[in-house]
Amino acid sequence: MAMDINDKHRLKNRLLKAGHLIALFIAMCIICVPGLWVVVNSFRPTVEIMAKPPVWIPTEFNLDHYRAMFGAVGEGGIPVVRYFTNSLIISVTSTLIALLVGMAGGYAFARYRFKGKAAIFVGMMLTRAVPGIALSLPLFIVFARVGIIDTHFGLILAYVAMNVPFTIWLIDGFFRQVPKELAEAAEIDGCTRWQAFWKVEFPVAKAGIASAGIFAFLTSWNEYALASQLTRSVNSKTMPVGLLDFTSEFTLNWGGMSALAVVMIIPALILTFIVQKHLIAGLTFGGVKG
Amino acid sequence: MANVKLKNVVKNYGSLEVVHGINLDVDHNEFVVFVGPSGCGKSTTLRMIAGLEKISGGEISIGDRVVNELPPRARNISMVFQNYALYPHMTVRENLGFTLRIAKKPQSEIDQAVAEASAILSLDPYLDRRPGELSGGQRQRVAMGRAIVRHPDIFLFDEPLSNLDAKLRAQMRVEIKKLHQKVQTTIIYVTHDQVEAMTLADRIVIMRDGYIEQQGTPLEVFEKPVNTFVATFIGSPPMNLLHGRADNSGKNITLDDGVNVAMPSRLAGKYADKDIIFGFRADNIMPVGHTLPQGDESVEIDMTVTLTEPLGAETLLFGEIGGTQVQAKMLNPRIVKPGEKLTFQIDLEKCHVFDAQSEMVLD
Repeated sequence: MAMDINDKHRLKNRLLKAGHLIALFIAMCIICVPGLWVVVNSFRPTVEIMAKPPVWIPTEFNLDHYRAMFGAVGEGGIPVVRYFTNSLIISVTSTLIALLVGMAGGYAFARYRFKGKAAIFVGMMLTRAVPGIALSLPLFIVFARVGIIDTHFGLILAYVAMNVPFTIWLIDGFFRQVPKELAEAAEIDGCTRWQAFWKVEFPVAKAGIASAGIFAFLTSWNEYALASQLTRSVNSKTMPVGLLDFTSEFTLNWGGMSALAVVMIIPALILTFIVQKHLIAGLTFGGVKG
Repeated sequence: MANVKLKNVVKNYGSLEVVHGINLDVDHNEFVVFVGPSGCGKSTTLRMIAGLEKISGGEISIGDRVVNELPPRARNISMVFQNYALYPHMTVRENLGFTLRIAKKPQSEIDQAVAEASAILSLDPYLDRRPGELSGGQRQRVAMGRAIVRHPDIFLFDEPLSNLDAKLRAQMRVEIKKLHQKVQTTIIYVTHDQVEAMTLADRIVIMRDGYIEQQGTPLEVFEKPVNTFVATFIGSPPMNLLHGRADNSGKNITLDDGVNVAMPSRLAGKYADKDIIFGFRADNIMPVGHTLPQGDESVEIDMTVTLTEPLGAETLLFGEIGGTQVQAKMLNPRIVKPGEKLTFQIDLEKCHVFDAQSEMVLD
């Protein structure tokens, strides 16, 4: 009798586990298929991409779209390298600035008491509630007046403004987890306030700051709505905007778009992996009890 | 190696004053313990000495230097924190050597100092581990090691043992005392645990609500508490306190429930017709036949036992006199059942009498 009940439960547990795995597999498929589709499409001829019903298993792989994309302008080529460089300069610079400001702000929010702290914090969070695209027209007008349309500087400025509330919020959380006794101990050990920050608090919160960096970088790297308004030419066009080069009046070059998308995805993936390793290696909090 | 002097030290946060003009002299090499309930200002005072809190008034000097405005790093002190505050991203070795690295000392000197501290605290097997890989007691030792390496003028300890379990705490208490004997430095130690205070201190400073209530050697504050607060805070179990009134002659006391006891002879006749608080420790009220050799003066009193706590060599007996709970001690204990009525002897020579109004001791 007892065996029966145990067998039943074992069977039930196994079925549940199998069910979990199947559900997980389906969910992952749904999430991954569009990404895989982009990668696959970048390697196969347009005919196959456009086929109806869709060809799920590619029959022919080639690098035609990449060749064309990097090729001469008249033959379907676009200034990939320029777009890539623009994207890189703008994303890296805006991320670094957003991180620096975020560290200063996050530290202040985590460590100091000052008037209107709560209100300022909520205010900053509210700025995140405004959809970026709603700002594009006012930004466009202001930027046009000032004369920074179609410049790296303009986009960097916009992205810093977009990312700073977020980095402050995230980094504030990480500094809160660093007990203030660590800095005090460092000060007693002979550090100035500044040294205590850089030698103790910063390294301890580094993992968190790095993750804020990834978020800020990816936001800038992938941003389209503002960039499409504030850029005009190869001077400042970023890759997401560059994707539009593949649309013409009557056709869409899906293969080319996919190829550029892959070029966009790769650096983001690499960066995420590099930083992620850092995050995992990260910190065993153990300096203090609890 | 230095003495510490606090002159009228005040601390306020906004309009709230938490430390009210404290005066204290700590001698070179002395082990001083601040003890008091939470919120009494003991940690704040320690942090003011460390320079982690600005003082709002008065003067603090270390050695012959006034340090009021000096940052912590310029005071040549070490501090051990309640939560250890080890640097989690550094190994034990790096933690120990941190202060010397900051001071830009040569590597050979750092290595030597680390080795020395590690030997004193037996940390050698753990030098290459990170704090996260250590147990609570080991972390505490690293924190102490980090303090030693600096060769400070004073050691400050902020409730260093309160995160440890009872057994480890007793062990670390011994280590701290040994450390003091080895390194011969002034130590200021904060705790809320009166046992720690009694066992470690050369001098105990008892604080309450931002005032120093009493300071003295452990025996002084135990035997001659200046008020009922100190009387109940120091010593375990706390002193029994019974309300009563001294009669016209000042030679007898009527306790609240009508029980009469004689005024201890050293006080007889001094305080007539006065509301008083009568205090005695559990060690001075014992059932007849289970007592220490008594002094000349004693008084007998009947009490019904409500609860017992056998401790092995002795048993704590709980009862009530006039509605107030009283704890008594029984030596060479036998089994006592709750509800049993026993005759107790109170050793009057060891009793204390306090003014009911001011709660200050009468002598």
